[in-house]
Amino acid sequence: MAVDKNMNVLIVDDYKTMLRIIRNLLKQLGFNNVDEATDGSMALQMLRVGNYGLIISDWNMEPMTGLQLLREVRADAKLKSIPFIMVTAESKSENVIAAKEAGVSNYIVKPFNAETLKTKMSSVLGDFA
Amino acid sequence: MAAKGVDRDLELRLDAIRREHGDSVGVEKIAEVVRSMLDTMTGDLDGGDLKLFREVESLADYIHNAKAEIAALRPGEIKNEFIASATDELDAIVGATEAATNEIMDSAEHLEALAPMMDAEVAERMTEITTRIFEACTFQDITGQRITKVVRMLKEIEQRVENLVKAFGGEIESEGRKDKAIETDEDLLNGPQLPTSAADQAEIDRLLASFD
Repeated sequence: MAVDKNMNVLIVDDYKTMLRIIRNLLKQLGFNNVDEATDGSMALQMLRVGNYGLIISDWNMEPMTGLQLLREVRADAKLKSIPFIMVTAESKSENVIAAKEAGVSNYIVKPFNAETLKTKMSSVLGDFA
Repeated sequence: MAAKGVDRDLELRLDAIRREHGDSVGVEKIAEVVRSMLDTMTGDLDGGDLKLFREVESLADYIHNAKAEIAALRPGEIKNEFIASATDELDAIVGATEAATNEIMDSAEHLEALAPMMDAEVAERMTEITTRIFEACTFQDITGQRITKVVRMLKEIEQRVENLVKAFGGEIESEGRKDKAIETDEDLLNGPQLPTSAADQAEIDRLLASFD
């Protein structure tokens, strides 16, 4: 099934600059419907009222981290099937294991490039041009 | 029964110190009590006791010397000047790189907006280039996180130094930041100033004009 590039994508990061970078990279990949949240709790509120096809989230944020957000999403019947990609500088194997156990769909280590983002998105959404 | 007498005397002294200082007692105070106890006890002691008390006395000397050495390090200066200055400089680095990154991205976005005015091949090439620019800008996030980590460590050191100063009951200097007197040309090498204390070009021009 073709990937719907008109889907709403929620990006979550406490660094405004990183939100801007990811938004620009998504735009170049053809995803223009992008919303932003600056921590997990803000993201959760947006997810509960919106209709999102993908979550791309940082880990290290306050007050709610990306891992806590992931757990909340996976525990919520309405949200649990949304693909969740963690984009983070946390690169220890224990972090990856914890994220995987919490139900992460894929994991990108910062710094990353557009090709990595595209590859990881394809792996959770299906191939797209 | 010298030991009983000593215990009683020690108890009284400790009670008096607790009443005066609570649970936080200066190291110098402890050394003073040990020394004083030894002075009062010498006449009542046998050989074994004397050996023990000599050990305690050398411990008191050790504490006294350690205190002198720590005081020589000027922990107040480390806390109030060096660490505070280092954290301010690091915060300024994060602010400056963030501002520069946003300016670079503004320019890349402006370039991207020109794509529809170009032929397809050139537009595609330009998109590749702006993508590289956006990717390169991720350095700011990583740099910011690393610097924040260092600032957190410095704050931890600052807290421990403060505890050390408190443990010495304020006997160690704890002065605030002081402007150093300019004695040599090297004293003028301050490097970039923090945004809050930097003079802008207009202020420099006014200062220069004041010499006319």
